[in-house]
Amino acid sequence: MKTYETVIGLEVHVELATKTKIFCGCSTEFGGKPNTHCCPVCTGMPGVLPVLNKKVVEYAMAAGLALNCDITRKCKFDRKNYFYPDLPKAYQTSQLYLPICRNGHVDIEVNGVKKAIGIHEIHMEEDAGKLVHDDWDDCTLIDYNRCGVPLIEIVSEPDMRSADEVIAYLTKLRTTLQYLGVSDCKMQEGSLRADVNLSVREVGAPEFGTRTEMKNLNSFKSIARAIEGERKRQIEQIEYGKSIIQETRRWDDNKDSSFAMRSKEDAQDYRYFPEPDLVPIEISEEWIKEIKSKEPELREAKMLRYETEYDIPEYDASIITETKAIADLFEATVAIIKKPKEVSNWLMVETMRLLKEHEMDAEDIKFSPENLAKLIGLMDADAINRTVAKKVFEVIFSEDIDPEQYVEEKGLRMVNDEDALRKTIEEIVSQNSQSVEDYKAGKKKAMGFLVGQTMKAMQGKANPGMINQILTGILESL
Amino acid sequence: MQITDETIKYVSALAKLQLTKEEEERAKVDLGNILGYMDTMNELDTTGIEPMSHAFQVSNVFREDVVTNGDDRENLLANAPAKKDGCFVVPKTVE
Amino acid sequence: MDLTTLTALELSTLIKSGQVTVMEATKQTLEKIKEREQSYNCFVTVVEEEALSQAEEVQKRIDAGELADSPLAGVPMAIKDNICTKGIKTSCSSKILGDFKPPYSAEVVERLEKAGAVIIGKLNMDEFAMGSTTETSFYGATLNPWNVEHVPGGSSGGAAAAVAAEEAYYTLGSDTGGSIRQPSSFCGVTGIKPTYGTVSRYGLIAYASSLDQIGPIARNVSDCVAALEVISGYDAKDSTSVKNEEYRYTEALVDDVKGMRVGIPKGYLGEGLDEEVKQGILKVAEELRKKGAIVEECELEGIDHAIPAYYVIASAEASSNLSRYDGVKYGYRTENFEGLQDVYKNTRDEGFGNEVKRRMMIGAFVLSSGYYDAYYNKALRVKAVIKHAFDKVFEKYDVILGPTAPTTALKIGENLDDPLKMYLGDIYTVSVNLAGLPAISIPCGVDSKGLPIGAQFIGRAFGEKDIIRAAYSYEQTHEYVRPTL
Repeated sequence: MKTYETVIGLEVHVELATKTKIFCGCSTEFGGKPNTHCCPVCTGMPGVLPVLNKKVVEYAMAAGLALNCDITRKCKFDRKNYFYPDLPKAYQTSQLYLPICRNGHVDIEVNGVKKAIGIHEIHMEEDAGKLVHDDWDDCTLIDYNRCGVPLIEIVSEPDMRSADEVIAYLTKLRTTLQYLGVSDCKMQEGSLRADVNLSVREVGAPEFGTRTEMKNLNSFKSIARAIEGERKRQIEQIEYGKSIIQETRRWDDNKDSSFAMRSKEDAQDYRYFPEPDLVPIEISEEWIKEIKSKEPELREAKMLRYETEYDIPEYDASIITETKAIADLFEATVAIIKKPKEVSNWLMVETMRLLKEHEMDAEDIKFSPENLAKLIGLMDADAINRTVAKKVFEVIFSEDIDPEQYVEEKGLRMVNDEDALRKTIEEIVSQNSQSVEDYKAGKKKAMGFLVGQTMKAMQGKANPGMINQILTGILESL
Repeated sequence: MQITDETIKYVSALAKLQLTKEEEERAKVDLGNILGYMDTMNELDTTGIEPMSHAFQVSNVFREDVVTNGDDRENLLANAPAKKDGCFVVPKTVE
Repeated sequence: MDLTTLTALELSTLIKSGQVTVMEATKQTLEKIKEREQSYNCFVTVVEEEALSQAEEVQKRIDAGELADSPLAGVPMAIKDNICTKGIKTSCSSKILGDFKPPYSAEVVERLEKAGAVIIGKLNMDEFAMGSTTETSFYGATLNPWNVEHVPGGSSGGAAAAVAAEEAYYTLGSDTGGSIRQPSSFCGVTGIKPTYGTVSRYGLIAYASSLDQIGPIARNVSDCVAALEVISGYDAKDSTSVKNEEYRYTEALVDDVKGMRVGIPKGYLGEGLDEEVKQGILKVAEELRKKGAIVEECELEGIDHAIPAYYVIASAEASSNLSRYDGVKYGYRTENFEGLQDVYKNTRDEGFGNEVKRRMMIGAFVLSSGYYDAYYNKALRVKAVIKHAFDKVFEKYDVILGPTAPTTALKIGENLDDPLKMYLGDIYTVSVNLAGLPAISIPCGVDSKGLPIGAQFIGRAFGEKDIIRAAYSYEQTHEYVRPTL
């Protein structure tokens, strides 16, 4: 069998974190009853006119600068014409001829290999509405709440060769945009959406193969699976001597395969032309400087700072800076309780575990740095042991409770009363003569069993260090 | 300019129009005449001239990012030919 | 006393001095409409009840001294049916908008209401402002008050005819390629197309966004200018709105053209121009000369290519602007559908008239892949040439004088089946829209058929005051001639 190379380019749509829509003063807040975040402008009423939200331009510029793009000094909007019920004007106001950013790149690292992924362009545009299929009445309902929410579309060059590279690229994009504050990049809410353009070719072939475009990818996991699936499908087609059709395919995560979207009735001729209702945008050197000067600390810089300022290992720093939400939480907690490594451990291990368990994003974290700091404080003061702390943390994670109060109310405070402990241990030792013999015979494991039994008898609240000390004393004296 | 049946079908599909055979024939003649007349623009030499979409040099007209609109659903749906549950309604878009 | 023959400013003086009430004036106008509408069909909608309650409210505001600075307060007026009026049917004279009642009012309507205008109805027009005769209206043609066998011009035919027929004191029209000026000329009234960006387009249902501009029509220059002052001004809701230092156009109402430089482009009086219209224009030139103006022939290049460029640009923008009428959000929806595509196609096929369909197809064609450069971009280049040619003329001249239309009002049905012939009638008007300039059409006599002739003054960008001064000075040389009604 021949060997093939996969060639992948991405079109990433990102909803910007502005308060209002791109061309009107309607809220961009997610959710809300259908059509309640709408006005004559974003529902395409006759006679209305758009006025551009300045913040959209600034966010697009910030993204472009952070992604090493050239900013187009004089850019403008164009109309992309097509009929679909989610598009009330029957044209999308977008940018074709002069997009705001061009020629950028993103540096990624996969398995220790560094690589730059080219960014062809970034353009500004408006999002479309939402269609909900109503099976009861066999019709489609239209909600224009999302219609007019500002988007940037980041178009990469076809520089990626594997799903790993794609995920690395997307992760990098997401962290950069989140750090910039340009978008929350929540995939479940659709504020980050990636379409995958993929083709395969024999290794060494000079030309790219015919590509397909895949849509409806709702998570990084489904992107990786879709890439693998489409790569296999295309190679199979070629091996069977069939040609690849340039088409748009819809990924079905449940069926783990993609389907050609029914080709629209008409030819795809969008008849772009300059939007006459909007005037050009002229971007001065000063404006670019101003935006650049407001650029917050991005991930690389933060990682370095954590390593030097907080003496955190590189590995830890890379994990807690992966999302801005966690990094912000880290800094806020460390500011209260000056124990960076301990804070980092809670975030890296327990927090990550719970996020995964609850299928949540870091952005959805609800607990406050104050309560995490208090928890660490309680452990520090030997008020609770680690086992109890982990349990309390689970409650903090889901309900953001005050751990000090919680520990008191539930009576979880560690027992540091030596006499009481000694009494319990003596009882355990007398009831488990077999284990004592094993210990004496050199089976040190038996010690663990006895500690466990003691802890059980103490309802988990005993000071483990103290148990060890007393138990060892008793065993050695026997 | 000679307009083919194909062109008329293509253009009416783009404009989302359902023309009768008669209308198509008529459109073929009209579009041919009109586009032929439009071709007279080519008599004017415009080498080196930039296409001008706005007659005046106005740029950078912006709005501040401030929410000014509230819920106006009832008004916006008042003219809808079909509505349900606060939404506009169309026949099913997918099979 | 028949108030309806007065000018708007004459009526307002009587109202202000308490000799006439707003209610009396409104009722008389409504009476006139009832009497004359069957002859002329100027209106799509008359809002009698709303007008009467508005009259009452405006009278109160006048009595309270609130409207002392509003010269048109209490004067009944009407608005072209492509300008949105909240809660009042706005149809663009198209079936496709059905009984659409806008959820908001156009900026100009809000300005009028603030200034105490009494809005009595919505005026007939060519469907979506596409046409030069008002014959393409879904609500039937408007007829010319000077002679009902003739068209009133278009697309603001209802707006011009209503003023001529004394069914309104002044009206608002819109002008994309001559749609205020040409019907004003055909109906013997005065109409101003302001500089692009002077009047907010917010709420004007778009035909060709880069060319559309709202303007007033009235029986004389002074009324027209008073209305222009009310509606002009910067509007943050229209990104193409231009901030001017001031909008005090009435200051230009002076009978003095001494030293004013007036250019008549060579091509303007040549082939294709009706001889009687030509004589009318030369008479205007002569009167201005007598008053001390310097009137000369001048060069204006590229003008021959204005019509094709105009129709390319206007059709392209229209094809996009009119795509939103799809039977989903408002207006007409076909009853004949199974799936979504049927809703789209049948609604649009049943809802739009022939001329609109024609332009949407032309527009789709000139923007389609493979033709964009040859047509759309070429037209934008021609536009640049024309703009530049005007700039050159205005280096030497203050205003341009010429005819508004090559003929007086056409007979009904004359050009309806020959779109190209109809387009050629726009020769003197479309270049003004391409260049974004201000222009005014004023009556200058009547031809042997008894139909009015119109003269046009074109000014430099934001040079409204120049054309107003020229028009006003000429107007002082003769009496207003009214049709026999």
